Amino acid sequence: MTQETMNGAEIVLKALQDQGVEVIFGYPGGAVLPLYDEIFKQNRLRHILVRHEQAALHAAEGYARSTGKVGVVLVTSGPGATNAVTGLLDAMCDSVPIVCLTGQVPTHLIGNDAFQEADTTGITRPCTKHNYLVKDVESLSRVVHEAFYVARTGRPGPVVIDLPKDVLVTRAPYVGSADAAHKSYRPRVKGDASAIEAALTLIAGAKRPIFYTGGGVINSGVKACKLLTQFVHTTGYPCTQTLMGLGGFPGSDPQSLGMVGMHGTYESNMAMHGCDVMICIGARFDDRVTGRLNAFAPHAKKIHIDIDPSSINKNVAVDIAVVGDVGNVLEDMIAGWKARSLRPDAAALKSWWTQIERWRARDCLRFAATDKIIKPQYAIKRLYELTKGRDTYITTEVGQHQMWAAQFFKFEEPFRWMTSGGLGTMGYGLPSAMGVQLAHPDALVIDIAGEASIQMNIQEMSTIAQYRLPVKIFILNNQYMGMVRQWQELLHGGRYSESYCAALPDFVKLAEAYGAVGLKADKPSELDDVINEMIAVDRPVIVDCRVDQAENCFPMIPSGAAHNEMLLGPEDEAEKPISEDGMVLV
Amino acid sequence: MQNNDIRRHTIAILVDNEAGVLARVIGLFSGRGYNIESLTVAEVDPREQLSRITIVTSGTMMIIEQIKAQLSRLVPVHKVSDLTLDGPSVSRELALVKVAATGEKRVESLRIADIFRARAVDSTNESFVFEIVGATDKLDAFIRLMEPLGLVDVSRTGVVAIARGPKSL
Repeated sequence: MTQETMNGAEIVLKALQDQGVEVIFGYPGGAVLPLYDEIFKQNRLRHILVRHEQAALHAAEGYARSTGKVGVVLVTSGPGATNAVTGLLDAMCDSVPIVCLTGQVPTHLIGNDAFQEADTTGITRPCTKHNYLVKDVESLSRVVHEAFYVARTGRPGPVVIDLPKDVLVTRAPYVGSADAAHKSYRPRVKGDASAIEAALTLIAGAKRPIFYTGGGVINSGVKACKLLTQFVHTTGYPCTQTLMGLGGFPGSDPQSLGMVGMHGTYESNMAMHGCDVMICIGARFDDRVTGRLNAFAPHAKKIHIDIDPSSINKNVAVDIAVVGDVGNVLEDMIAGWKARSLRPDAAALKSWWTQIERWRARDCLRFAATDKIIKPQYAIKRLYELTKGRDTYITTEVGQHQMWAAQFFKFEEPFRWMTSGGLGTMGYGLPSAMGVQLAHPDALVIDIAGEASIQMNIQEMSTIAQYRLPVKIFILNNQYMGMVRQWQELLHGGRYSESYCAALPDFVKLAEAYGAVGLKADKPSELDDVINEMIAVDRPVIVDCRVDQAENCFPMIPSGAAHNEMLLGPEDEAEKPISEDGMVLV
Repeated sequence: MQNNDIRRHTIAILVDNEAGVLARVIGLFSGRGYNIESLTVAEVDPREQLSRITIVTSGTMMIIEQIKAQLSRLVPVHKVSDLTLDGPSVSRELALVKVAATGEKRVESLRIADIFRARAVDSTNESFVFEIVGATDKLDAFIRLMEPLGLVDVSRTGVVAIARGPKSL
């Protein structure tokens, strides 16, 4: 009996469907035409045509990060693949599960410098979790299923499958997903019991504890976030979140200290500096968080829970490491805490909280609002307050607006906050918002942007128009690459080299040109009306919010400084010049 | 973990013998700024299509731990073993050493080769090619001695190593 066969393109589509894929972001080209032909012939998979391949990746990231599913991308060979590289690395840095199918020239032309040929697996090797070049159609269905397994298992990440055109038109039998597990890749999910025991002893004995939680909590899922909240409440300890961890613990919970790190809150950073036990969960001691390493939490015993063994002891040596899935480990920890009837040191905890409240009372996010000019902080604050009751999804670009959004928005739930943390990719927010809106058609999705970042993927307004996505783009327009300008002010004598945004488009007219609604706010008195109108309109909206050009983002740990050397506002700037060591850091 | 001494480690890695796997390992070392002193690779299990890579590298304990964790994280990597730490092991390297000399120097090179148990695998009237097997420092010593005698070419395999005792990797 001969087995039923399909061509490679049919196999890919069938495998995607078996993996539960509903949306695919892509852009056609010569090498992937057989796949586009199959997409044309079916209607189970929805293809979203972007206007640039980088945007396909960010859209898939937005889709993945707001749902917990794997985002899927399809691009052509050569330039299609190279345009995807930034998005792939972005997903790598922020541990976002992505499967990216790239076209490739036919196998017999590989290596011949053929038209639109690129060494895609070579180029993407360091910016993917794994990649495949499928030279044999017989292995195609296995590879596609394996790619999804690799993308979502352990620490998630992007996986590229490079598909030579001849493989897409050659026939082979289809192998279902159950028969296609990877032969050796099995990341550890269950934490070591003795390490968990030791961690619990340390946690219970703490006098000045802090939970330092990151994106790993959110990647572990809704259940892990609930378990974290439960454990933090059980202990009564303070909890700070990284940029990627916002929403993993409820932002308005009294035990939340807000964000940690370079532009984190004063209370978070001071508590990190002064703690005696640090419980790091699903975070990676990134340089934006630690500040100067030799002054990082100098008195703390450190516990690190992470699914990626290579995150342990990479930047900071820890005392107890628990390798495993955050949800799994927290479950065991809560059970162990109960079984051993552990209690926190109530007296010590009380005086620790008294100290923290004193730091909190400094009100580090305060700013001088005026009625003449919109302070960017005020704009974000109002945006938060006016959208509070709704299920709002926020994406951002990269820069000052991103940090203000992280400071002033409080996320009560995971999957609501999409930002480019590790790579810091300007142009992330708009396409990411498209992906979020596609996954949540009825939700309020806002891209908080700057006028510089938004222009990096502004072409996606056309995609938004085509699919009638009611994405709201809230631009804090200060006519500068604000974060660059801020650093030039602090580190380079106010020489604003190339950071001024000249020849800006009229964003209201630009919105209208793409069939969207354009709104503008110049004065604080106009702001609420503009935000309310933006929310009320059931169409895409660009808000051009003209804000104070000179405003800097505070508080700030200057580069090369420690957590307890934060600048709280402009008055601190003059007193504490940044060291030469700090100047070479980014 | 506080030990900041830089030490040399021999690491054995069992990987799927598939296209690009060596590039992944090498790219990891260059991309993260780790040092490779020597690297050998060959298929060791044709049935399972597994290759074994032996890398000699050096770094502080924290760096070595990072290297092992980063290697383990690569999808086609099955096993990573630090032969320097995980009990006793034997390591060997092979070199082919060409010496061009006549007269007394030629005789002297043959005499030293004999002491080092190196074999002459090629001979002309004015040259020898010696094959020598041993630990890296033995090869280093042999090559150093050959230098004044007319050393013209060296080809070395890099280190291969295996743990002592009955256990497999």
